[in-house]
Amino acid sequence: MELDKKLIGHEFEPFTATVEAGKIKLFCKAIGEEDPIYSDEAAAKAAGYRGITAPLTFLRALQADDPNKGGLLRLLNVDIGLILHGEQHFEYYAPVVVGDVVTCQEKVVDIYDKKGGALWFVVQEMEMKDQAGKLLAKGRGVTVVRNPDAAKK
Amino acid sequence: MATATAPKFADVKVGDELKPLVLPPISRHQLALYCGGSGDHNPIHVDLDFARKFGFKDVFAHGMLSMAFLGRLVTSWVPQKQVRGLGTRFTSITWVGDVITVSGKVTGKREKDGEKLVDLEVKCTNQNGQDTLQGTATVALN
Repeated sequence: MELDKKLIGHEFEPFTATVEAGKIKLFCKAIGEEDPIYSDEAAAKAAGYRGITAPLTFLRALQADDPNKGGLLRLLNVDIGLILHGEQHFEYYAPVVVGDVVTCQEKVVDIYDKKGGALWFVVQEMEMKDQAGKLLAKGRGVTVVRNPDAAKK
Repeated sequence: MATATAPKFADVKVGDELKPLVLPPISRHQLALYCGGSGDHNPIHVDLDFARKFGFKDVFAHGMLSMAFLGRLVTSWVPQKQVRGLGTRFTSITWVGDVITVSGKVTGKREKDGEKLVDLEVKCTNQNGQDTLQGTATVALN
């Protein structure tokens, strides 16, 4: 297995995701987060937020709303069982709250291998903007692909 | 947990440690909840047969579940609206049953674009003392 470095620079189709209270509620249950700013509009507003707030790392969960979800794996022609999450970074410009319609634009910025091709690394950057075009956050993620051929050698 | 009240920039010193967060053991139930809650439906985190087929002894936690714990630590110290950045490397796998401790300490203080910023080192460590996530965070203080 070898990944195609010509895919560096590939831009995915932008998509929009509406931030929903029910999704934040389940996300918070899963991570053990009980601060009321993530569940109660009055508490969130009293704390200075525009509404029920999305937790810091919920931004990655917005990707589930991509109608072309799994696009990276299809682009690379890689099985989902071979990937691991290597790194994730966010820069935050404004809190994301329930009702926001967030446009997400992702692109591949680097592809490289280590250990003689046993592991491949795909670096993606993402920008998230609100309905008015204001920048909310930037993301940078590294997906690690385990080369199934390396184990056979 | 109630919303955090931020410390003052002047009161924070390099080397200050945040109150660690010790989490309940990672359970299969939690991974199922995170699968639904995050929309990350990769079966490797919830389907033992699938995980074994790809060479793993068991299912394992989503990296982003642990990163959410880093977020919880930071927002237990300052309100979320003051968080400017959060990033991590996922340095080892978190298995079912692992007991994760989330810790953080101040590594720097600086000013940028008129904001007073504090840089933190944040990490998740398992019951064997092995770091599973090694990350950084940046917060703005008054």
